Amino acid sequence: MLQIKSDERKAITFTLNGQKVTGFAEPRMLLTDFLREQLGLTEIHVGCEHGVCGACTIRIDGKVARGCLTFAAQIDGAEVLTVKSLSEDGELSELQKAFRKHHALQCGYCTPGILMSTSAFLEINPNPTEEEIRLMLSGHICRCTGYVGMVHAVQEVVEIKRKNGNKPAA
Amino acid sequence: MKPHKFDYVRPTRLEEALDILSSRKDDVRIIAGGLSLVAMMNFRLVEPAVLMDIVHIESLGYIKAGEQAIEVGAITQQARLLAWDRLPALSPLLAKGMPHIGHFQTRSRGTVGGSIAHSDPSSELPLCLAVLDGSVTLASTRGTRNVKAEDFQVGLMTTDKQADEMVTAVHFPVARPGTGYAFDEVTMRHGDLAICAIAVAATKDRIRMGVGGVADKPTVREWPALSGKDLDEALNEFAWDLHGMDDVHATAQYRRQLVRKLGRKVILEAQQCCK
Repeated sequence: MLQIKSDERKAITFTLNGQKVTGFAEPRMLLTDFLREQLGLTEIHVGCEHGVCGACTIRIDGKVARGCLTFAAQIDGAEVLTVKSLSEDGELSELQKAFRKHHALQCGYCTPGILMSTSAFLEINPNPTEEEIRLMLSGHICRCTGYVGMVHAVQEVVEIKRKNGNKPAA
Repeated sequence: MKPHKFDYVRPTRLEEALDILSSRKDDVRIIAGGLSLVAMMNFRLVEPAVLMDIVHIESLGYIKAGEQAIEVGAITQQARLLAWDRLPALSPLLAKGMPHIGHFQTRSRGTVGGSIAHSDPSSELPLCLAVLDGSVTLASTRGTRNVKAEDFQVGLMTTDKQADEMVTAVHFPVARPGTGYAFDEVTMRHGDLAICAIAVAATKDRIRMGVGGVADKPTVREWPALSGKDLDEALNEFAWDLHGMDDVHATAQYRRQLVRKLGRKVILEAQQCCK
């Protein structure tokens, strides 16, 4: 049974984007602060700190999660994915390319969280309607774009995947 | 916006968790998904001495379809229950109500037991549980007991759960033949807390309607199959009896109007479904 006293800083070991890492945290440390301040992950964007804005959204053991509503201690032994898990060898994923093409971001503060939820959402629902895409995006706040570019970007990715799916495997 | 300090403990077996509750009682707050609790901790509205994380007690993550009720283990995520292929047939009310819980991003880790234990008066699951006349299983080192929904939630985020007890399962009665179910709510934006949420179970000759977000807990009323003016009068009386209050989201008057208008709409929808 994992136990950490309030003033104790304990080693938290977990898998970050496929690599094992360790950091130190006391129980009250939020996962967002742990990842950003202790481990230097600047892709963790902290917005509202009460789970409303969605900027800090990451994946924990495959499930979409609000980093600011999670404590570092809770991820001991877990698998964490941040937006850096999406690109491969420095090349942007289809979703990221589509975001760029459709101006689905301006200042970019909300973008890492939105990309993480969208990629998870498309795994569960590979062929969403526009309404379903908008409902999913309602879990995020973006003050620049008006969301239209994001909807178009997601629709384009869905379309690309559908077309590729129809091709025989190479 | 940072929580006060606390001890963190993560049992993997139910017995361990019950021992901790029995020895530390009032000091302990239980965390599962943490979607409501951690926000309150960040605001320092809640400052527990011990935070007990129960999501590693794997025996509490399950969905069991019984003849009478669907039994859901406390740490089962809302997303898992909502994605369960038998849900629309066994509980159309949950299938209609649960998409209103928060967002895709919060249902993924938010749990069924957590929502019931947190008992926010605007929450969808406590409202559905009340309308379905379901029950909650509470466990402690003293044993387990089953509490009916109407006795479980006693007020604003207040339940019959004693300090040494924890919610281990929630029982949602399965849909009865000849009964129609409907759910709807009004929020500022999808996923926000409901200003007024309505859940209805209706048969040919009965109407059972629950209201969330207006009184300090989900409130249920039952009528014979009223219609026209009689129904309007019953809804008006119910709207006043809830004693809704003004707050930053809506006025009391607006809430009463929602009980009348949204109530009528959801009742008609449920009646359509039972035909």
